[in-house]
Amino acid sequence: MTIQTSLGRRGFLVSGAAVAGGFSLGFHLPFDENVAHAQAVKELNAWVVIHPDDKVVIRIARSEMGQGTLTGLCQLVAEELECDWNKVTWEYPTPGENLKRNRVWRNFSTGGSRGIRESQQYVREGGAIAREMLIAAAAKQWNVPAGECSAANSTITHKASGKTVTYGAVAAAAAELEPPKEVKLKDPKDWKVAGKPLKRLDTVEKVTGKQLYGMDHTMPGLLNATVRACPVIGGKLKDFDASKAEKMPGVKKIFAIDGNAVVVVADTYWQAKTALDAVTTNWDIGELGKVSTETINAMLKEGLDAKEAFVGNKAGDAQKAIEGAAKKVEAVYSFPYQHHVTMEPMNATARYTADKCEVWCGTQNGEAALAAASEAAGLPVAKCEVYKLMLGGGFGRRGRSDYVRQAVLAAKEMPGTPIKLIWSREEDMTHCQYHPTTMAKMTAGLDAQGNLVGLHIRLSGQSILASLLPQNLVNGMDPIAFQGLMQTGVEAAYGYDLPNLLFDHAMRNPHITAGFWRGVNVNQNAVYMECFMDELAEAAGQDPLAYRLKYLKPKWAAVLKAACDKAGYGKPLPEGRFHGISQVMGYGSYVAGVAEVSVSKDGQLKIHKITAATNPGHVVNPAQIDRQVAGSFVYGLSAALYGEITVKDGAVEQTNFDTYNVMRIDEMPDVETVLVPTNDFWGGVGEPTIAVAAPAVLNAIAKATGKRVRNLPLMHHELKKGV
Amino acid sequence: MAVLNVNGKAVEYTADPNTPLLWVLREQLGLTGTKYGCGIAQCGSCTVHIDGAPVRSCTVPVNTVGDKKVLTIEAVAANGVLNKIQKAWVELDVPQCGYCQSGMVMAATALLAAKPNPTDADIDAAMTNICRCGTYQQVRAAIHAAAKA
Repeated sequence: MTIQTSLGRRGFLVSGAAVAGGFSLGFHLPFDENVAHAQAVKELNAWVVIHPDDKVVIRIARSEMGQGTLTGLCQLVAEELECDWNKVTWEYPTPGENLKRNRVWRNFSTGGSRGIRESQQYVREGGAIAREMLIAAAAKQWNVPAGECSAANSTITHKASGKTVTYGAVAAAAAELEPPKEVKLKDPKDWKVAGKPLKRLDTVEKVTGKQLYGMDHTMPGLLNATVRACPVIGGKLKDFDASKAEKMPGVKKIFAIDGNAVVVVADTYWQAKTALDAVTTNWDIGELGKVSTETINAMLKEGLDAKEAFVGNKAGDAQKAIEGAAKKVEAVYSFPYQHHVTMEPMNATARYTADKCEVWCGTQNGEAALAAASEAAGLPVAKCEVYKLMLGGGFGRRGRSDYVRQAVLAAKEMPGTPIKLIWSREEDMTHCQYHPTTMAKMTAGLDAQGNLVGLHIRLSGQSILASLLPQNLVNGMDPIAFQGLMQTGVEAAYGYDLPNLLFDHAMRNPHITAGFWRGVNVNQNAVYMECFMDELAEAAGQDPLAYRLKYLKPKWAAVLKAACDKAGYGKPLPEGRFHGISQVMGYGSYVAGVAEVSVSKDGQLKIHKITAATNPGHVVNPAQIDRQVAGSFVYGLSAALYGEITVKDGAVEQTNFDTYNVMRIDEMPDVETVLVPTNDFWGGVGEPTIAVAAPAVLNAIAKATGKRVRNLPLMHHELKKGV
Repeated sequence: MAVLNVNGKAVEYTADPNTPLLWVLREQLGLTGTKYGCGIAQCGSCTVHIDGAPVRSCTVPVNTVGDKKVLTIEAVAANGVLNKIQKAWVELDVPQCGYCQSGMVMAATALLAAKPNPTDADIDAAMTNICRCGTYQQVRAAIHAAAKA
């Protein structure tokens, strides 16, 4: 294919804030010698810098938070660049540079499993353009037509004369050339670097303690701070008494920010934390103090039968079909608030002066962090900058910049002094944007043969967009509330082809902030959809796989069959073990899971094995997909087993891992992944599989015990037979 | 000014005696490979060795350490050579975000020192560290691989 190039080249020396500042301030660069070279090395384009010693620096705008996007994107650039993979290193451009250069690196936002699927084309173009420029420079040097030269493994060859030259020797000359207007991207069939299970680029630092995360940032004169915001989200600070705390060792300053939080700045975090514990606070929480999980559940329950609801997907006349059906099946499901619990609590370092505001932090959205810094500082964006550091987990939490805002507000109190603001785990647990809580009333009509003639899914519950991005509501409706249940589209379409269906949403918004949580609304919608499908198969007296395959569209069916074939679904299992299945399309990919579980006589659940199939279209790194899929079951099953944030007196009750449990290694099932790529689209990988974890296990539990669990988390349910 | 024995050296620090060892390592000694994750000895991100035993440094007051030998992630690779666990971790590409991995490596190193051929049950008992990315399957495989190396 030939495509119009979308990248221009400007004479940008890599001596800007990104690299120079990075060096002095602990910014991540795998090879220190690059820094010295970087001062004088001109880029080939925004994505590629090649040093005289052949080192290749690939610039990655998306954030690495464990999902492997850094390595995958580098593979795509390197593939087109035809460079030696062993010479590849990477760096983050800064959000400020991106704006100055007319967003040459495009979107920094790292969420929605978009890293590779939405930037693959322009990063591949970046690599291909750089390659063509390198070839052109060598051809010019040899005075031969560029068309007679080829590039491979960081070496350009002129076959006729036998001349060869390495990239490093011609990179400086290449950087002076005009970039080609058009480049031809490789057919994925010819990939040598992309598509292969290459090792990650960021592993050695992570096993030697050298990797720097936001929490590890330091710089001369830095002071540490910690914060206590009103425990009730939306509440205000009435007053506080710091008379005892301000006399404590190391304390530099104690003040309020944003009218809802107290900050202590001290020499060390531990001093700041100890002093903050000695600060007494009075909060104004008003009517919010009456809100509890019980009142929230009552609010959602009312929505299940409310007359008004937003219609997200409709075909035929579901209600009429259900009324006229031979058999009516009904069930109510619910899904609680959940917390991301990144291993690294929220933190950011900020330095403010009257004409400059700088932030060092892990963020999933560098440009949003920059905007938050600008707003909090009261300075134009051009006078602000964000230096991205490695994230100790994201899962959607670090897409929001509330912690950046707080750090900048704290830094404003002490102009010129860098302030590292660290949230305690307790502050982190109680001030999140949580996975929204929802309920669903499922109603279906079956004909005399058990065929599904009509399906109504009434969702009731919180909208993420209403909570975080109200400007994105469509006539009041939250379209993403229907993730996994959408009529069409490449994102999250419903896979069952039914003549009569109605999916609607009664939006009910408690004061608890709702937000994006790995997998987002696909998670609960998959539980509702896939567990109820098993209920319908049971009502029809049919096998859950056969029943699904009657209605599933081809791509959805193929991936489910692949998982079931691999798992040996339908074949005899060891005594006491049962299979449960589920499938979903999310983030552009088709995924399915088969859970093999047993439940002992005393009700002990064991998840023995998970078999998971994925069709992500193109596969950029199969080893990393395998890791993401296996990890998805830790994340998804932690939520299914234990994940529940409850509310009392308006505040979140859970404070740390002792009250918010997550899965450890002893509960980890054996996960086998099956890749069934169809190579005709680009899908995401980091999130979709989360959604099949819970329903596959719940369906297997129902087979094992005869009990249908419709309300998560599982820890509240007695699975013992006869109870 | 007080003294700790960290990574084979006597190092001086200044901190309130009740300060957890974790924060002395991170803030006084600049050893940021040891991570803060929970502060209540649950997650294991702050695991270090004290006299060879894996300990959650977030709940160890620094004044209780005395002259015991503290080993952190920065020094498990002796003379720059990765230890067996680290090599296996690299070979199996274990880390994802990596934040919990210092603690994982410290816990696994201590496990292999105590039990050179650990069973799955030994691994379950010793590796109670939390990983939210879900590296457990690779962690288990890497410990078995290191045991065979």
